[in-house]
Amino acid sequence: MSRAALLVLADGRFPAGGHAHSGGAEAAVKAGRVTCAASLEDFCRGRAHTAGLVAGALAAAAVLGMDAAELDAAADARTPSPALRAAARRLGRQLLRAARASWPSDELDALAGAFPKGAHQPVVLGLAARAAGLGPEDAAYCAAYESVSGPATATVRLLSLDPFDATGVLARLAPELDRVADSAVEAARRAVTEGVDALPAASGPLLEVGAEWHAAWPVRLFAS
Amino acid sequence: MHLDHSHHAPAVGADAHRPDGTRRALRIGLGGPVGSGKTATVAALCRQLRQELSLAVVTNDIYTREDAEFLLREAVLPPERITAVETGACPHTAIRDDISANLEAVEDLEDAVGPLDLILVESGGDNLTATFSKGLVDAQVFVIDVAGGDDIPRKGGPGVTTADLLVVNKTDLAPYVGSDLARMAADAKAQRAELPVVFQSLRGETGVADVAAWVRERLAAWTA
Ligand SMILES: Nc1nc2c(ncn2[C@@H]2O[C@H](COP(=O)(O)OP(=O)(O)OP(=O)(O)O)[C@@H](O)[C@H]2O)c(=O)[nH]1
Ligand SMILES: [Mg+2]
Repeated sequence: MSRAALLVLADGRFPAGGHAHSGGAEAAVKAGRVTCAASLEDFCRGRAHTAGLVAGALAAAAVLGMDAAELDAAADARTPSPALRAAARRLGRQLLRAARASWPSDELDALAGAFPKGAHQPVVLGLAARAAGLGPEDAAYCAAYESVSGPATATVRLLSLDPFDATGVLARLAPELDRVADSAVEAARRAVTEGVDALPAASGPLLEVGAEWHAAWPVRLFAS
Repeated sequence: MHLDHSHHAPAVGADAHRPDGTRRALRIGLGGPVGSGKTATVAALCRQLRQELSLAVVTNDIYTREDAEFLLREAVLPPERITAVETGACPHTAIRDDISANLEAVEDLEDAVGPLDLILVESGGDNLTATFSKGLVDAQVFVIDVAGGDDIPRKGGPGVTTADLLVVNKTDLAPYVGSDLARMAADAKAQRAELPVVFQSLRGETGVADVAAWVRERLAAWTA
């Protein structure tokens, strides 16, 4: 196992399409729910404990070898918004391309064959981590961190927020991300014996509603 | 970890063949500053070439779908041959640093309406440093116009200096904006040495003919 592989996978510049998505921040900014660093922090905290936790558990479960199709169906069931399901699959497809180029593996090839239009991003993330020789904790950390880093960088563009303030938000959330990753891995280990129902199903209703609203805008900066 | 190179299905886009072994379409990128005439050039090229070639277009708008909608309105191609990519407020990222969404768009077009001879990829209007990745396009055209200032060829920058073809558009406006075409030509020559430059007015009689001829040459080399 290479610890540095985690840095490659978690790098915001890893070319997997994330730059075009705001993780719900664009809708939250337009609705007036995110207006400054403090409200960005609240928003990110909510996302980490809901979308981040679920994504982390799915990713960790994929590293632990759970069936990708079953995990993908579990992700569908945990994502009420059709727009978010579409975005998750698009991002999954893009991540898979980058992962196959970075860590060629039969498992990733098989996933591409089974899901030509993309599996849910956290499932792909888990299998990418596995191909990179990483463990379930690493995948859960990637998912948890992505759940807040995307909205933070998007908000810098959307509100011209001071980039130092946005980075401060991420740093303050770090201890909470540790706990999110821990619970995600714990749930994933349970799911290995108890099945996918043991995976968390936390969700932020406003994220789902906001995603549907956002998808209908004719003019927007981000794809989701 | 698998780091052998025994994985045949191409995971990245620079590969000249599609998964079924056939040659993929030639991809030409069109970049350049906002409003220089990229979409107008794409539209004119489609009108010139659509009788002889199987064509498709990918547009990258910054925050709208205006370029795609313009091409649809002008009916330069059937709607299923035009795809819009959302770029998350950062057009050069989507064509250079993280090309995944664009690769997906070109591949989906080939799957849906192929076989295609040529795909034109228009970048969102950007700055003088924006260039396309070689993983996305096989050749790139940089479109500037005389109204943006006749010192742009002298300033150079990656687009002006390295593009496979430099188009100086809107020459019909030169007398009104006081641009010195001879000086622009001399500066472009100094920056680009042997690389070709076309002076064009889409309002004039010859229109896009020179660029279309250059595209035909590239295509002949691609299929040779
Ligand atoms: N006079 C003149 N106008 C032109 C010419 N080519 C394009 N235009 C006009 O210039 C304007 C901008 O052209 P577009 O083709 O939309 O420019 P673009 O580079 O695609 O713009 P963005 O995608 O917004 O960056 C339009 O109003 C065109 O009709 C030309 O050769 N001469
Ligand atoms: Mg345009």
